[in-house]
Amino acid sequence: MTIVDEPTVTADEPTPPPKPGWLRAALAFLRNAWRGLTAMRTALVLLFLLALGALPGALLPQRDLNPNNVVTYISQHGWWGRLLDKLQFFSVYSSVWFASVYVLLFVSLVGCLLPRAFEYTKQLRAKPVITPRNLARLPHHSKSEVDGAAEDVLTAVDGELKGWRRIRREESAGVHTISAEKGFVREFGNLVFHYAMVGLIVAFALGKLFSYTGQVIVMANGSTWCNSGVLQYDSFTPGLRVDGTDLDPFCLKINDFAAGYLPDNQPISYNSDIEYQSGSNLASDTWVPYDLKENSPLRTAGDRVYLISHGYAPQFTVTFPDGQVRTGVIQWKPDDNSTYLSEGATKFDPPDTTDPDQLAKKQLAVTGLFAPTAVMSGGLISSTSPALTDPEVSADIYQGDLGEDAGTGQSIFTIDQNMVTEGKLDKVASANLKPGQSTTLKDGTRIRFDNVQQWVDLQVAHDPTQDYVLLFAVLMLLGLITSLTVKRRRIWVRVTPADQGPGAGRTVVEIGGLARTDQAGYGEEFGKLSARLTDAARAPGRKDD
Amino acid sequence: MPVNEQIAQYSNWAYTSAVAVYVLAMFLYLGEQVFSRTRAKSEMAEMAEARELVGAGGGGISIVEPGDPVDTGRPGDRPLSERLGRMAVALTVLGLVVHLLSIVLRGVSVHRWPLGNIYEFMSFFSLIAISAMLVMFRRFPIRRLGAFVLLPVLILMFLGGTVLYAQAEPVQPALQSYWLVIHVTVVSTASGILLVPGVSSLMYLIRGAHDRNPSRFARFAPKLPTAATLDRLAYRTTIFGFPLFTFGVICGAIWAESAWGRFWGWDPKETTSFVAWVVYAAYLHSRATAGWRGNRAAIINIVGLAVMIFNLFFVNFVDTGLHSYAGVGS
Ligand code: HEM
Repeated sequence: MTIVDEPTVTADEPTPPPKPGWLRAALAFLRNAWRGLTAMRTALVLLFLLALGALPGALLPQRDLNPNNVVTYISQHGWWGRLLDKLQFFSVYSSVWFASVYVLLFVSLVGCLLPRAFEYTKQLRAKPVITPRNLARLPHHSKSEVDGAAEDVLTAVDGELKGWRRIRREESAGVHTISAEKGFVREFGNLVFHYAMVGLIVAFALGKLFSYTGQVIVMANGSTWCNSGVLQYDSFTPGLRVDGTDLDPFCLKINDFAAGYLPDNQPISYNSDIEYQSGSNLASDTWVPYDLKENSPLRTAGDRVYLISHGYAPQFTVTFPDGQVRTGVIQWKPDDNSTYLSEGATKFDPPDTTDPDQLAKKQLAVTGLFAPTAVMSGGLISSTSPALTDPEVSADIYQGDLGEDAGTGQSIFTIDQNMVTEGKLDKVASANLKPGQSTTLKDGTRIRFDNVQQWVDLQVAHDPTQDYVLLFAVLMLLGLITSLTVKRRRIWVRVTPADQGPGAGRTVVEIGGLARTDQAGYGEEFGKLSARLTDAARAPGRKDD
Repeated sequence: MPVNEQIAQYSNWAYTSAVAVYVLAMFLYLGEQVFSRTRAKSEMAEMAEARELVGAGGGGISIVEPGDPVDTGRPGDRPLSERLGRMAVALTVLGLVVHLLSIVLRGVSVHRWPLGNIYEFMSFFSLIAISAMLVMFRRFPIRRLGAFVLLPVLILMFLGGTVLYAQAEPVQPALQSYWLVIHVTVVSTASGILLVPGVSSLMYLIRGAHDRNPSRFARFAPKLPTAATLDRLAYRTTIFGFPLFTFGVICGAIWAESAWGRFWGWDPKETTSFVAWVVYAAYLHSRATAGWRGNRAAIINIVGLAVMIFNLFFVNFVDTGLHSYAGVGS
């Protein structure tokens, strides 16, 4: 099937009135450009460019996946890296050149699909083509003589061709033909495939505009979290048309987290026991339980909530010299994903102090390393397993000015080393603590490692068009299968009464076949079909018995 | 559940045995090549024509290939090349059974679907490629291709069994999903199937070059199936493998949506799948475009296979996308 290759007949187009030369030239250029763009060959070239253009995205680090690798790559490759960067090779899928290829392809696709759809509806209405005069010259042909009147033979053969689109014609006195075709669904499947692809591209693009994802860490100790605004997130990536003002409202309560491990410490399961409320449950404050785990996001209120990762949060209680007690718990960051040796900084303000000078002398930070399954060697802590079997903190305690109001955003996992070098923050103690153990500073402040809590890293994703993308993808698949499996076949039968010679009274049945697709496969098929038709012709009326 | 080391060991033995049997089969296929007589060019052309007529003339089902000896039915009468060829096929089937056993045992030993790391992908890919080849043997007179399908398969199986070997282990929580099972099974199956058209297209190029200039590949090409057969074989296998691959990619997107929070993120594996998909779409288009049929289409198909194999086994080494934790070695 080569639609573009067939010459188009444009015989009786009305002649347009003469136009000025430049206009004609411009129109001719546009027409040629359009024809060129919608030609199959162009589509082919564009497909190649698309494949070629997408490839660097797999071979070079990409900003939106791995910004740090991009920086490393550029610094390691000097001018070459900078050139690639200028040419947008580190964000291929939002680059100008990638966009132009797929926009061109998209236009080409639409431009070649519209005429094809018209063509197809015309074909559907058209009658099967007239029977060629000489059937013997077709690629497939058979001829036989049968008993019975031409009329009956014709009816019998016609009955055998059920399911084919066919038409009977009378060529000359007594000579009848049947033209039959089948396989129109093929072109239909092909059109469905291509249109669904258009739909998929549009849905995908819309999704990029209206989706958002955000990430947030929540303590798995009954803490609640609500999707009430961008500020609730630790990081938030909006689509181009999302300003973050009306996120889908829902709330989560994270009750617990548990990981399962094999004896060799390989994790085999992550579960978080959560509750959520959305819709009318928000007003009535009803919580619905859900077992959040890998591969099983919570889907609610048009959003999805994923369990991305987890970690530990050692809890410390500080008893100040005046007897006041403060408890602090904040996530520590796993440094090693196989052992969950984590680092962090749990920070405390002295109680009842508003005087900035006092604050600056008396702020506390418990920093260091936390091991869920601790082993000490040479005074250094390390962890042998990510499971919480024998937790221990190797803590350095700092006292002084944490510098939190210096205006520069501070990492929650570390203290500001500048404060230490400036002498405003001093290390006042070091201790290895197991749960329940404590250490006392010179000024009488007591710091106790109470226990370990867990946190979960949640990702919230919103993509209003993803269901449509799936729908179009499935349509594409169905269209593709149809278009690749259905074969287009033509068959013609000519029934001629043999009223001369020795065979008088009998009927000559001549059958010719032509394959529009997969020619080579038609031979065997035609053989069987013509045998069936001839059998039917031999016993006309058998069906009526 | 812990890994059953004993069974894992049996699985490895079966794997090695399968490789050994395939190697033997490959040499037998080559033997068939070497010992078959080449016919003169003109005679071949005649036979090709005769074949076309047989095909066109109705009930023509048995297709006689040039160079194929006529089978008289009595084993003693068969020429050496024919006997070698038959032994090769028998050995391939034997190898396949042992190979399948190795995969099943692997699954039993780790209590999971045996498609969790590169070694296992390679093994499964090879199993499918060889099965696809055997199925196509029944449809097309292409036994002469046996060695050329087995060669790349054996290279992959060798790599899989040595440098890329991965211990029998359970997989990470993110990989435990029935979508994963469907996705990786379908994608590896499609890739395995697509090896056949890739090899066939390569042979098509060789055969075509020879047909245009008989002095090229003069010793080797005449023993290949005809260019028309190779072209049809490539097309028919591709139109089976390509929709399957499409289905596999869709399953992958569904899985990614539930595991990683987005159905498509242009990670290296996804990107390369996309590229492969587009290349195969280009192949189908090229067959419908004047001037692109024949050699160009064959080249596109080969490129498609190269991208598929790169994607299935080697993208994991390029960068650390999300997919890469699907198990590189160690
Ligand atoms: C992203 C772009 C495209 C993809 C992935 C794609 C894919 C496909 C596939 C897989 C087929 C095979 C169906 C078959 O062999 O019957 C096909 C057929 C076809 N495509 Fe496309 N296509 C694309 C763009 C285009 C464009 C832009 C045009 C027109 C300029 C076009 C015109 C055709 C035609 C005419 C056929 C029928 C060929 C035949 O029946 O063999 N396609 N397309």
